[in-house]
Amino acid sequence: MDALILQILNGLDKGSAYALIALGLTLIFGTLGVVNFAHGALFMIGAFCAVTLNRILTLSHTVIDETRTDFLGKPLQVDVPYVYDIFGESAGNAIIDWSVPLAILFAIPVMIAVGVIMERGLIKHFYKRPHADQILVTFGLAIVLQEIIKYFYGANPIPTPAPEAFKGSFDFGTMIGFDPNIIIYPYWRLVYFCFAVVIIGAVFAFLQFTTFGMVVRAGMADRETVGLLGINIDRRFTIMFGLAAAVAGLAGVMYVPINPPNYHMGMDFLVLSFVVVVVGGMGSLPGAVLAGFLLGILESFASMREVIDFIPGINQVIIYLVAIIILLTRPRGLMGRKGVMED
Amino acid sequence: MFGLEKKDASLLILVAVLTIFAPFILNPFPDGSALAQFNAGYPDLMQRFVIFGIFAIGFNILFGLTGYLSFGHAAFLGIGSYAAVWMFKLLSMNVIPAIILAVIMSGLFALLIGYISLRRSGIYFSILTLAFAQMMFALAYSVLTPITGGETGLQLALDDPRILSMASSTDGNIPVPSLFGMEMRDSTQLTVGAWKFTFNVGYYFCSVIMLVAFYIAIRIFRSPFGLMLRAVKSNQQRLNYTGLNPRPYTLAAFVISGMYAGLAGALMASMDPLAGAERMFWTASGEVVLMTILGGAGTLIGPVLGAGAIKYMENILSKINSDILHTWFAFLPDGLEDFIVTIIYPFIGKGWHLTLGIIFMLVVIFLPGGLVEGGQRIMQKLRGKSADTDSAKTEPAE
Repeated sequence: MDALILQILNGLDKGSAYALIALGLTLIFGTLGVVNFAHGALFMIGAFCAVTLNRILTLSHTVIDETRTDFLGKPLQVDVPYVYDIFGESAGNAIIDWSVPLAILFAIPVMIAVGVIMERGLIKHFYKRPHADQILVTFGLAIVLQEIIKYFYGANPIPTPAPEAFKGSFDFGTMIGFDPNIIIYPYWRLVYFCFAVVIIGAVFAFLQFTTFGMVVRAGMADRETVGLLGINIDRRFTIMFGLAAAVAGLAGVMYVPINPPNYHMGMDFLVLSFVVVVVGGMGSLPGAVLAGFLLGILESFASMREVIDFIPGINQVIIYLVAIIILLTRPRGLMGRKGVMED
Repeated sequence: MFGLEKKDASLLILVAVLTIFAPFILNPFPDGSALAQFNAGYPDLMQRFVIFGIFAIGFNILFGLTGYLSFGHAAFLGIGSYAAVWMFKLLSMNVIPAIILAVIMSGLFALLIGYISLRRSGIYFSILTLAFAQMMFALAYSVLTPITGGETGLQLALDDPRILSMASSTDGNIPVPSLFGMEMRDSTQLTVGAWKFTFNVGYYFCSVIMLVAFYIAIRIFRSPFGLMLRAVKSNQQRLNYTGLNPRPYTLAAFVISGMYAGLAGALMASMDPLAGAERMFWTASGEVVLMTILGGAGTLIGPVLGAGAIKYMENILSKINSDILHTWFAFLPDGLEDFIVTIIYPFIGKGWHLTLGIIFMLVVIFLPGGLVEGGQRIMQKLRGKSADTDSAKTEPAE
């Protein structure tokens, strides 16, 4: 029982990332009908937004501290971040410490801008082209984006820590009545999961309860008719693309403390996210979220020692195996709609 | 000639001539000159040109003709490599049995994967093939280590059985792959003035095989079978209504292209007898997609051109560093020189992938038919003809 809970918890953070990326992919596919291979790159750009903000905040200038001396007896030179000058030392420290959550505010406008530019500048011209062309051009774009990031940030992972308050782990088991030291769970992973739930909830609420969302849903169902009603559906879909990019970007921002970002992290997640989307059912938003969490948890179950001893290597292939089985037995995926990409 | 139309026969002969004289053509700059780094006429790179040419020709039989975009073709390349190295380990260092086993093994795997994947089409087919390839990569990397060598890759060892030949060469080293005694790594050098040309046994062996593969591809393109595959691409539903089942045709195309990939993998192992799981990683599958699209999917010569272009960029562009750039632009005033070098620098050396990505995007956006279509357009411009009068046009990908 405790092992079961532990594995479910372990699966949640990866599952959250899958769900968020798959949600964005599905939003783009459902609205614009485009298969976006550059979505993983958006996730990666989000992660590097956090890195960038951290670097900006820790930008410092050297001052000479007369009160202290180095080993030669000269006055000590210390690097003082500009943030200290503006907010004072303690507040400045807190800001730097909280740079990753703060990066959310930084990433939202950046990601929406990136998404809108991408849609208007490139993807717009590919609506009428076959899906293969869309895959290829976004694949090319993903290569370009990740090479640009590599040029500026290098090829190595860049560790960026979570705020001090969320470092370390806590004993989840004692809270629900297990013996201590059995179910230990890092704080930040819980934060990530809650964050993902909030974002997913927000996206669904936005689509369900706002007029804008209603129009977008109507456009997903029948784009032409909505257009005939005199609504500029293209503009709304562009905004949805920006939103999907922001969702992917935020998923990336918050993932930074779990896994130090490198330039190819997007591609690693992309392949799995596509599998998630297909398992959930092309064009189904709840399906994408469900499949994301489901596959994340399955993956973590498959990496239990007992399971690996029973079927060696299952932890490496479980997601693909599930995808193959689902695709062959339930061609529409778990919750796919009828008539969406069923060829 | 050879059962081909005149146009195709002349294309084949052109390719044959180009490959035979490649050591000259690819080495246009004298040895030791400043431009010598653009020479591609060294055996290692030339072998890669033809091997990846074979890989891309095979991929094009599937993608160019049927329109099924496989994102897992590198799996067959990896299988071919593993099978070939195992033949070197168990049987003999002769490359023929290695190649035969590699082609058979990759064909069997392609039959299995194709049978399952081809139940779906479009993006689902791409995901299925990708899933299979990633699964095989993950297994080769971890659980199947006894067969695949895991992270270190599969290598030859002195104590391998090699039942048909000796386990070690006379000087006590691991023997090298050979064709009835002709070692693949043997080269002869010809020095003409400042030029140095290298003729490599392995390269010519690969070229002969590529020419055969190319010939078979032409035959497939021009056969009723090839027409059937094109019908699958243009409208599968209409094909169904005529009472034909397209599945056997697409499966045959998938298996053939898988065998081509296995052949390429075997040749890679023959040139350098080791095999690693990274050959099966999905980026390797992506690479052959890039090659085919860049050259021109659905055309005969396109994939070979694309493979050559990408491998040339990978090997030549990536070698240029900022010092070399500075010597090139040394004639400019200092400030301007630095400025230009700063601008160009991100696109060369380690950043060659950026150039590749940009070129690839431009090709997909503006030239869906790849380099071949670009060449045709330029030819039309030169001849001053309008587009519709050109009957020699091979159809570009849709």
